[in-house]
Order: sequence, then C-alpha cells, then structure tokens
Amino acid sequence: MSDRMLTMAEAVREAMAIAMEERPEVFLLGEDVGIYGGAFGVSGDLYHRFGSDRVLDTPISELGIVGAAVGAALSGMRPIVEIQFSDFTAQAMDQIANQAAKIHFMLGGALHVPMVLRTPSGSGTGAAAQHSQSLETWFANVPGLKVVMPSNPDDAKGLLLSAIDDPNPVIFLEHKLLYKLPGRDAVAEGSSRIPLGVSKVVRTGKDLTIVATGVMVNKSFEAAARLEAEGITVELIDPRTISPLDMNPIYESVDKTGRLLVVQEAPAHAGFINEVVTQLVGSPSFGSLIAPVKRLAGLNIPIPYAPQLERSAVPQIDDIEIAARDLVKSWK
Amino acid sequence: MTTLELLTGHPLSSPEHAKYAYLYMNRIRKFEEAVEDLFGRGMMHGTMHLSIGQEASPTGVCLALNIDDQITSTHRGHGHCIAKGADLTRMIAELLGKEIGYCGGRGGSMHIADVETGNLGANGVVGGGIPIAVGAALASKMMAKGTVVVSFFGDGALNEGAFHEAANMAAIWKLPVIFVCENNKYGMSSSTAKAFALEKLSDRALGYGFPGITIDGNDVVAVYEATEAAVRRAKEGGGPTLIEAQTYRWKGHSRSDKNLYRTKEEIDEWKAVDPILRFKNVLLERNFATAEELAEIEKRATDQVIEAVNVAVKATPADPAGLIDAVFKKVSA
Repeated sequence: MSDRMLTMAEAVREAMAIAMEERPEVFLLGEDVGIYGGAFGVSGDLYHRFGSDRVLDTPISELGIVGAAVGAALSGMRPIVEIQFSDFTAQAMDQIANQAAKIHFMLGGALHVPMVLRTPSGSGTGAAAQHSQSLETWFANVPGLKVVMPSNPDDAKGLLLSAIDDPNPVIFLEHKLLYKLPGRDAVAEGSSRIPLGVSKVVRTGKDLTIVATGVMVNKSFEAAARLEAEGITVELIDPRTISPLDMNPIYESVDKTGRLLVVQEAPAHAGFINEVVTQLVGSPSFGSLIAPVKRLAGLNIPIPYAPQLERSAVPQIDDIEIAARDLVKSWK
Repeated sequence: MTTLELLTGHPLSSPEHAKYAYLYMNRIRKFEEAVEDLFGRGMMHGTMHLSIGQEASPTGVCLALNIDDQITSTHRGHGHCIAKGADLTRMIAELLGKEIGYCGGRGGSMHIADVETGNLGANGVVGGGIPIAVGAALASKMMAKGTVVVSFFGDGALNEGAFHEAANMAAIWKLPVIFVCENNKYGMSSSTAKAFALEKLSDRALGYGFPGITIDGNDVVAVYEATEAAVRRAKEGGGPTLIEAQTYRWKGHSRSDKNLYRTKEEIDEWKAVDPILRFKNVLLERNFATAEELAEIEKRATDQVIEAVNVAVKATPADPAGLIDAVFKKVSA
C-alpha cells in the first residue's frame, strides 16, 4: 500500500485512465468531458491523454447520450457515460430503466449492456432543487441495474474499475461534496479492484451500529469520533453498493451492538435505508436489537437554495451525534 | 429449426434474387397471419402488432444489408426480424412463451432480438431503438467495422425527443446509420395529418443536415434502391440518411383496435396496392418467374410457417425457475 492521498475526483479519473489503458473498448462520453475537463473537473486531462475519440464531448442530449452508450455497449464497446448532474438522468430515464436495465433479461440473455453511468449526486453546493437530489432509490428499484455509492477516494477507484469490468449496467453515484475532500485512507496504486456487493466496516465499535451511504459515511465518521471521547464506540458500515446489497456485516454488527442507526441524504420516505431496516427486521438479528431502530434522512422536501435552508434539509454531523448518543443512553 | 438462407442484393438482379425477395415478403405475411390466427384461437396471450401490408419495407431494406450489419426494430417488428433472417420457429416459440423462444418467453412479441443476424432487438418503447442504433453505429465507426446500422421506426417515433437527439448525434459524428421511418399513416389512432405540419416527413432530415428521401414503401424495389444508396453513403463516411417509406397497416394498431379512426374505403384503397401482389406482377411481367413458380414459393412460405408453429406449439413452456438468475449477466472471474 502506498500513502498517496488523492481526492475522489482524482481517484475516479485514475480509474478511468487505467481502464482506458487496459482495454481499447473503454471510452468516456458526456457533456463537457473533453477539453473542459468535466463540470466538476473529474475527467480533467483525460482528453489530452486519450484524444477526442475516447473522451467524447456530446451535445446536450442526455437521452441520446445514454442511448448511444447502450447501443455501443451492445456492439462491443464498454462506455462510461458522465451525466453532468444526477438530476438530469430524468431526461435519460427511458434508456436507463426501460432499455439498459432490461435488455439482458427481456431479450433472452444473448445481449448484455456493459456500461457505467457516472454522475455527481447530492446537495451542499447551493445549486437548489434541480441540481442536488439523491436519486439512488430510483435506480435501486429497477431490476437489472447495479447501484454504487462510493464514500471515499480509494473505494471510488476500486469500485469504478469493477463497475467498468462488469457486464451489466452500473449506476455510479458520486457525491459532489466528496470530489474535493481528501480521503481518510491512501488510494491504492495499480489496478486492484474492489468487488461490487461487499459492504465495508469503516470503523469498529461495540455500542451502536451506524449504516450510512455516500457523504453520510463521512459525517457519521466525524460524529463517531466525537462520541468516542465520551466513551461511546460506534461501528460504522458503508454498504458501498446499494444494489446488490450485502447485509451480512450489518447483521453481524447489530448482533454485537444491539442498536442500529441508519443515515442517508435522500428523503426518508421509501428510501434505501428502509430496505436495510426491513431486511434486518426479517432476519434473526432482529432479536439482537435492544433499542428501536432510528432513521436519519433528508426531509421530504425539494432541496432549497439558501445555505441555512439547504443544511437544514439533510442530516448534519450534529444530528447524527445526537441521534447516536440518544440511542445509546436511552436504551440499555 | 429452419436454416438461414440469405441472398441479399437487388431484387431484380436475377430471377434467384427476385424469388428470394418474394419468398421473404410471403414469409412475413404468412407469419403475421399465423400469429393473428393463434391469437384468435386463444393460444397466445398479451398483445400483437401486425405489419400486414408493410412487407416491402423490411424486405427491401434488409436486401441491402449484410449479415453483420445491424438493425433496431419496433413493437411492430416481426417483419424486420424475419427479413434480417430470424428463425421462424424461435419467433413463434417466443410468442407462445416457450423456452426455445428468442427470449426464453421473457420478452414476447415486442422484444425479439437475434444476435446472429445483427438484430439488436424490437422495442416496446416508441423511439427507444433509435439512440441505440446510433450507439451501435458509433461502435462500428470506433472499431472500424465497416458495417452500417438501420433503425426502423414508425411515423409516431419521429415526434419523440429520442429521434431528435439521436439524429443530431448521428449527423455531427457522420455515423453509418440509416433511419427508416415506416410511415404507415397512423400512430395508433393519430393520423400523420394530425401529428405533423409537414407534407413529407423526410423533410425533418433537413434540420439535422443530412439527406431525407420519401419513397413508395410498398415497392420493394424502390425500398431496396433507396436503402442501397444510403448504405453506400454511410460506408463512404457520408453519415446518416432518413428514408420515409410510405406504407399502410391493414390491421389495427393492436388487438384492442376497433378501427374507429379510419374508413373501410381507405383500408381497401391500400389493399389494392398490396406490396406482395405488386411485386408478383413485376416478376410475371419481366418473366422472372411463372405463376406456378410463384404459387410454389407462396406455398413454401406457408409450409415454413406451419412447420415453425408445429414445432413451437409442442416445445417446452418457459420455466419460472431461472428468472431470478437471468436478470444480470454473470460476472466472469
């Protein structure tokens, strides 16, 4: 292991570069991914390194872009699509949900769609309701899509390499606030993969299990560090891929701690964390609970603009800290 | 299973080519009639979209394609599949929900794909296949395959945003794709007169900077010649072409259609320009075949469809046991 500290944007770019060097059929397409370097700077210098054929600037045509990726994937290429904001996947949803997700199953298995759709997700940038959503549940509820939500640079690199290898369509949701944050861990050199469908125990603890996704992993980590000073130890689990979902480390953790807090940025109603809770309730680990399960999620409102309004719409470190402490103190 | 017998090229280049084209038009007609019959007898469920009356378009287009050229098709796609060379038994079996069907019973009429003949699949979404065809053409160009891609769609799809985005991308990248708009006058019940302010739908191409041509879609020779020119242009790097093939569906949109939006007279007018009958008369006039030979070809088409139905009816029904494992392609180690 090296001690290289990269931002998530750099790690994602490195994964794309490695994949493009490894396989001639890998290419990136999207709006402003070329000389501009991507709206969030993720593609960066790839245009200069790999040329305009393999880092392909497209018109502003999300449906056409994803459709072109589906057709190319069916015909021997391995496209990586960048959709500039995850909100704009709404424009492309026919190709994502009706075409890419279903082709392998519906057409009898002879065809498949090895495509990755990367897209910046989440709030915190003051861009308001049409540029700030967390839409993972849209995709996770469509059979045939895999859904990845990396929370740090090292995971982002290894998971993206696996996503590009995968013969199925993968939705890769990158939280914007993570792009420029340095990770806690160094990013591995080389081209090692992190398999999809394996949850990660981010830190171990004995009093409480927190399951969090995306940027909420980082916020939960900060909250856990504060609680440690009070003698409360948190076991933090990052599913990393919400579809497929690896519940086993969550069961094992709840068996140990007896308490569960689930945290996501997306609104609570019909959200991903409810799937975690439901699967837990239906498992033998339900019997290990000594406290009610606590959910922390975004409010059921569109993300508002003003900074104080925007902050109030999604869980913050303080909220996680308070909820976690309350669970431990109130339920012995 | 019937073996693949492909003889592409101009349908009037030799008596063999002519008879081949005639056989394929008849295979499509007989197939569709068999499907209608099986539905009528309650042996098929779901719905069906028949293309009886439109046989010249898929036949003429696919005569201008090689086996490795690709197509995308539509909900009214049986003709495209057959013209590209699909196996009739596996098609009927799919409609009957059998394991040997093209989709193992998971797709049905609107989702038949056939990798061996370059058929990327019919599509249940109007316009759904158009961006996919453009992507396949992008792959063809990036991989220097030298192939073309044909996207079949109807007049209705021309009003989908998908067409707009895909046509523009094909134009700016000069992709080897041919947009074949089978204008059969109605998007379900909406006539083109209601849905367009254009006389010639092919004029849409002007807005994207590539040629558009309107042709008699019930003339298999005209369809072949227009497609052949578009294929040549595409392979020379000239980019896409929009072909509007004017035709007509004799049957309703689907099973539920009561034909409330058109007259019997209009349907009869179009039956008088039956593409199969017209081609038959051309072949007789030119002495490419005798009436007896053509009758024999018609019987051969019927026999092939009957054989396909007989095999498919007896085939094993699709098994739900494998469904969960069929969602994703297995990740190879």
